[in-house]
Amino acid sequence: MSDDALRVPGIDKIPLALIPAIALVALPLIPSLPTWVTLTVAGLAMGMMIFIMASGLTLVFGLMDVMNFAHGAFITIGAFVATSVLIPLAGWTQADSLWLNLGAIIPAILAAMAVAGALGLVFERVIIMPVYGQHLKQILITMGGLIVAEQSIHVIWGPDIIPLPKPATLRGSFIFGDIAIEKYRVVAVIVGLAVFAAMFLLLNRTRIGLLIRAGVEDSEMVESLGYRIRRVFVGVFVAGSALAGLGGVMWALYQETVSSAMGMQVMILIFIVIIIGGLGSVGGCFIGALLVGLVANYVGFLAPKIALGSNILLMVLILLWRPQGLYPVAKR
Amino acid sequence: MQRLLSGDYPRSRVLGIVLVLILAGLALAPFVFPGTRSLNVAAKICVFILLVASYDLLLGYTGIVSFAHTMFFGLGAYGIGIAATRLGPTWSGLAVGSLAALALSALLSLAIGLLSLRVKTIFFAMITLAVASFFAILASQLSWLTGGEDGLTYKLPELLLPGTKLLEAPLLGVVISGRIVSYYIVFAGALCLFLALLRVVNSPFGRVLQAIRENDFRAEAIGYRSVVYRSAANCLSALAATAAGILYAVWLRYVGPDTTLSLDIMIDILLMVVIGGMGTLYGAVIGATLFVIAQNYLQDLMKLASDAAAGIPLLPSLVHPDRWLLWLGILFVLSVYHFPAGIVGRLRGNK
Repeated sequence: MSDDALRVPGIDKIPLALIPAIALVALPLIPSLPTWVTLTVAGLAMGMMIFIMASGLTLVFGLMDVMNFAHGAFITIGAFVATSVLIPLAGWTQADSLWLNLGAIIPAILAAMAVAGALGLVFERVIIMPVYGQHLKQILITMGGLIVAEQSIHVIWGPDIIPLPKPATLRGSFIFGDIAIEKYRVVAVIVGLAVFAAMFLLLNRTRIGLLIRAGVEDSEMVESLGYRIRRVFVGVFVAGSALAGLGGVMWALYQETVSSAMGMQVMILIFIVIIIGGLGSVGGCFIGALLVGLVANYVGFLAPKIALGSNILLMVLILLWRPQGLYPVAKR
Repeated sequence: MQRLLSGDYPRSRVLGIVLVLILAGLALAPFVFPGTRSLNVAAKICVFILLVASYDLLLGYTGIVSFAHTMFFGLGAYGIGIAATRLGPTWSGLAVGSLAALALSALLSLAIGLLSLRVKTIFFAMITLAVASFFAILASQLSWLTGGEDGLTYKLPELLLPGTKLLEAPLLGVVISGRIVSYYIVFAGALCLFLALLRVVNSPFGRVLQAIRENDFRAEAIGYRSVVYRSAANCLSALAATAAGILYAVWLRYVGPDTTLSLDIMIDILLMVVIGGMGTLYGAVIGATLFVIAQNYLQDLMKLASDAAAGIPLLPSLVHPDRWLLWLGILFVLSVYHFPAGIVGRLRGNK
């Protein structure tokens, strides 16, 4: 299969070239080099965070043909759980010591991922299982799940926006001459790359990854060979939800606020990213996320009023070029 | 009667009675339920019946999930709002605004339809969600035209203003003001367009849409171009939603992103369609009426319950007046599973 969704790098290089191309096009438009570097890093950081949130969703779609419109709820819940952990530990996060900061952040992230993953399991069992194969019902039922989840967050954490300051060591910037790069963005890029690398290795170098890729290609065939693709799918769903929780924590720390509507706001970007990348393709999702992040930051600097519009425009342009997204998944 | 309802009877005694009650209640609302608040509720019900019915044409009859319905609703409302601010409160201004909004909706729905209706349901849902959110942001950004987040407050022609008295003496104890005239314009507009939609879904065209919903491959094989039919349904539904927006703007004398364009309204519409019953326009009537009444009065009831439950842990926050959407959401999920035909399907004793 030449269209293998997951063996992306090395096969079709044109979409890969888009990222440096956009960065280079922006270079002459932006007045100074330091601004350009700052914006590029900001764009990459934003793209990485979106990728972390979107990757699970696109993989779930590729594997089981399920589009979970309530994915945003996992993002929000991750952020709220982390807030609940971080606020009592405010003394640690505000202390100017890397170890104390990590001591607060790591449990917060683990708690967020665990809760989001567990909720993902419940969600898959209770909400989505009865509607496999029925697209219309899936959309409706997951929208319903989203409403219930958002309202439950109101019940537990209250309806107000909660401020969530970044840990002390992640505030401020690295300064190289004229160039200032926010520390948190560097961290976001590193975490994003780590997630992408881990996912890439898992999908390409392990047995379970082989099963997942085979399932995306032709799930009936994998089942007839005696593997329980359903179990693989539940695992992917839970992992995707946990990643959404991680992304939610990172996004919340980036924005420094948590609100129950944040999941839905990010979801629109996530959908654009998934459509650009090709529904079901993890590699496409990665490139799409970086493209969206870069374009949003460049346009946000040059013409702030049309920042979101620029993403829609990017999506339309890419769909005109490749109607199925950057890396179309073979069976759809 | 046969012609008026296009041969699509309620087919259930209870449903028939409820529908007649709703119709009578809405027709006589200014006299039976006097007061500003209840008249507001009645007008909102009229507008949302039309809006939800037009959405049902897409979701229930054609099997398309669109999240751009509020965009068309908003186009209609902003059409009136912008025309009334720019051209002044004249009838011709309103007509220009309405026609421009309708034309723009038709174009936009055709463009979206032709670009993305060939592909799968999910893809269409995602694209429309992105486009609609773009529109909502556009409306709040272009503040020189749309008033931004604050929206536009505008004047309407003399006849429709609350200060205008048409009759010297009150009729049946109610002062016949411009407000009542506005209400009846909204009521009549919604009723006529609802009957027109009923005509559409019961025509041969409507049958083809249902065939496409059930099995588009087969419909195509019989010789119906499903893209053409889907685009036409999308366009018709967008036009009806625009008309609903126009009526809403005439009633409110205000447009803003929150009243017409926000995703919350889209979710409200989904709730109304599904709870009322997909694939039958009467479901829109029941769903919209129940929902708007719940939105306005359930909170009062929940406040009572919440006060009564004070002291018990967690319960008060579950029945807090602001949590009414939680319960409707649960009702929504349950009805998608257990009665996909909604209340109307239940009343008709669906097999």
